[in-house]
Amino acid sequence: MNNPLESLSKTVLIGIILTIIMVLAINLIY
Amino acid sequence: MDFFEPAYLVFFSRWLHVLSGIMWIGLLWYFNFVQIPSMPNIPDNEKPAISKVIAPKALFWFRWAALATIITGLSTAHLNGYLVNALTLGITVDLGFFDIDGSQKDTAIGIGMWLGIIMAYNVWMIIWPNQKIALGIVSANVDEKPLAARKAMLFSRTNTALSIPMLYAMVSAQNLY
Repeated sequence: MNNPLESLSKTVLIGIILTIIMVLAINLIY
Repeated sequence: MDFFEPAYLVFFSRWLHVLSGIMWIGLLWYFNFVQIPSMPNIPDNEKPAISKVIAPKALFWFRWAALATIITGLSTAHLNGYLVNALTLGITVDLGFFDIDGSQKDTAIGIGMWLGIIMAYNVWMIIWPNQKIALGIVSANVDEKPLAARKAMLFSRTNTALSIPMLYAMVSAQNLY
């Protein structure tokens, strides 16, 4: 269980974190 | 209503894009939320029902829906006139002879498009070749199969993670910006 992508819940969490980073980046640029 | 007017063609292309996108991401989530977590709970003598019957059928629709989603997505962007602005992430560039005037909407849809393109690349170049080995569709050494299955699973998981910001980018570009 070293790779977080082996866990479904961690995969979804990574997706949510990536989404937050993306939204913050778009807001920061504009 | 004129079915050949530009507004209808844009709508029709987007409708096909949504249809194929639901087929693709729906099957991606089926693999990750249903099939992969269920495999350890299925008795070994019943596993071939998944690996020999259901998975190959699901993978067929999965990979072709991925390609259809990319083609209809690019055609939707082209028909809307933002293909280049989106692929350059809405970054404003003025080289005198080449002027790209971007916007927040272009940045959002552009991020979504690139995430979708990366995901489709993963499907065709990594997940499908490794699934062919894992499911025994192509011949391979016995010790290669678990490695191929693990690689396909991890890239399928990568796509599941990327699908979340990808859909946010797509939907926000159309409804928020």
